[in-house]
Amino acid sequence: MSNFHQMTLAELSASLQAGDVSSAGLTEHFLSRIRQHDATLNSFITVVEVQAMAQAAEADKALKQGSAGPLTGVPIAHKDIFCTRGIKTSCGSKMLDNFISPYDATVVSKFKQAGVVTLGKTNMDEFAMGSSNETSFYGAVKNPWNTDTVPGGSSGGSAAAVASRLAPAATGTDTGGSIRQPAAMCGITGLKPTYGLVSRYGMIAFASSLDQGGPMAQTAEDCALMLNVMAGFDEKDSTSLEKEIPDYTAGLGNSIEGLRIGLPREYFDEGLDDNVRAVIQQALDQYRELGAELVEIDLPNSGLSVPVYYVVAPAECSANLSRFDGVRYGYRCEDPQDLYDLYTRSRGEGFGAEVKRRIMVGTYALSAGYYDAYYLKAQQLRHLISDDFKAAFKNVDVIMGPASPEPAFNLGEKAEDPISMYLSDIYTIAVNLAGLPGMSVPAGFVDGKPIGLQIIGNYFEESRLLNVAHKYQQHTDWHKQIPDSYK
Amino acid sequence: MSLDTDDIKAIAKLARLKIDEADVPLYATNLSSILHLVEQMSSVNTEGVVPMSHPLDVVQRLREDVVTENDQRDEFQKVAPATRDGLYLVPKVIE
Repeated sequence: MSNFHQMTLAELSASLQAGDVSSAGLTEHFLSRIRQHDATLNSFITVVEVQAMAQAAEADKALKQGSAGPLTGVPIAHKDIFCTRGIKTSCGSKMLDNFISPYDATVVSKFKQAGVVTLGKTNMDEFAMGSSNETSFYGAVKNPWNTDTVPGGSSGGSAAAVASRLAPAATGTDTGGSIRQPAAMCGITGLKPTYGLVSRYGMIAFASSLDQGGPMAQTAEDCALMLNVMAGFDEKDSTSLEKEIPDYTAGLGNSIEGLRIGLPREYFDEGLDDNVRAVIQQALDQYRELGAELVEIDLPNSGLSVPVYYVVAPAECSANLSRFDGVRYGYRCEDPQDLYDLYTRSRGEGFGAEVKRRIMVGTYALSAGYYDAYYLKAQQLRHLISDDFKAAFKNVDVIMGPASPEPAFNLGEKAEDPISMYLSDIYTIAVNLAGLPGMSVPAGFVDGKPIGLQIIGNYFEESRLLNVAHKYQQHTDWHKQIPDSYK
Repeated sequence: MSLDTDDIKAIAKLARLKIDEADVPLYATNLSSILHLVEQMSSVNTEGVVPMSHPLDVVQRLREDVVTENDQRDEFQKVAPATRDGLYLVPKVIE
């Protein structure tokens, strides 16, 4: 059996360009791994064998004709939040269980244009609302490092699929940590870009002012290759930024001598698991050896991130999810008596408990008389949280800390307690509120469970983040670890 | 701020969500604890702080008011629960 699954996107791409392997061969290899392992992991909602092999045949033609780009012929998976034409796009919900998207998300069409093959659609928390992947209509995903534990969420399927090498890389989305927290818990590299860098068109909306798509892969280099495809202005997304996009692979090898790393005191407080703290400390020591300077900083309002998020995100979700009405697409209840019955039962039966909770919190926060106390107040605090980062970046180049306060927790452990689940994103949420880019990079293990180092950058500093992560990965091999059952 | 079962029913009605009677008390407990978490916001005085509408202070982009999309009605209605002659069908609204 070949070892293609032990190779990064960059290595697979080189093998394809050299003609050592065909896209069809690679695609079949990963499809067969999915057939072999996914009954255990449940990381995919939909696998598209026939379409994938057809795309691979096209890619092989391009490779022969010499018209191939850097990622032509490599197969990846898409989080099931991205609309894929002709393929079921469920968003992890019963509401969209029957939804065959009539169009492609911009991210999906960009990957298609780049000749990248789609293996299938990965499992996720319902409408991306969750931090454990347990709210999916399709059942929980198992963490390949320990199948009693969660993979994190909401992009838990993408993280588990990449960690077990059922796909060499995948797309994800991050509203409050949904790329970084599962990447940390599954031991892979994930990047949430600056708000507005990657188009949200066709990416099913949860909280529009926070949602951002990004790459989930084995290495920072692979994330750079993917971001080269994903980033860019899109007139179909009204918040897309008109910004020159650099080649994100160009600066990967730059020296980080003299890099100033800010360590927020608030990210190392008593809420942090001591074993995780030790792993993060070791990573920081490594950076010091590489010539970086560590500087303590303060983000005084960061403690309010979770409360602010649980106003802003539910408020925006209650508005966004009002489109699911049982009329134009998606689930419709049986025998509606009248229009009100049609709406309320289609929504009541089509949405799961966490989605309903958030819609109701948002509806309440936006209802007459409460807007100023909740949404307006939260948007003001968002400004203060964002100003904290602005002040910090006057003195430091990047900010580092843990991506998650603890390693992967057990399935079912927090499922009944929404607040303890919400606190799993305590170190990631502020980044979304401020619209900044952030990464999680594998930095070690606690009891055989992966731990992620979070690296936060200033606006549009994705190149620097990737450079900083890449230098670390050149000197460590945490990102190369694969769980025994999936080697 | 604590919500009781009547509050939950009123919010569910506004949100057009049918909630099983048996689940209402649990929603009341959960939503109350979420609102309790959210109340931490009041610990900070935000008088005079401008609310953030876009992380990069970008204003909404506008485009020319011209047709840019093709008619894809048939394609889009393929995924609808019920249609006839290009119209979406719903229960009778006017007697």
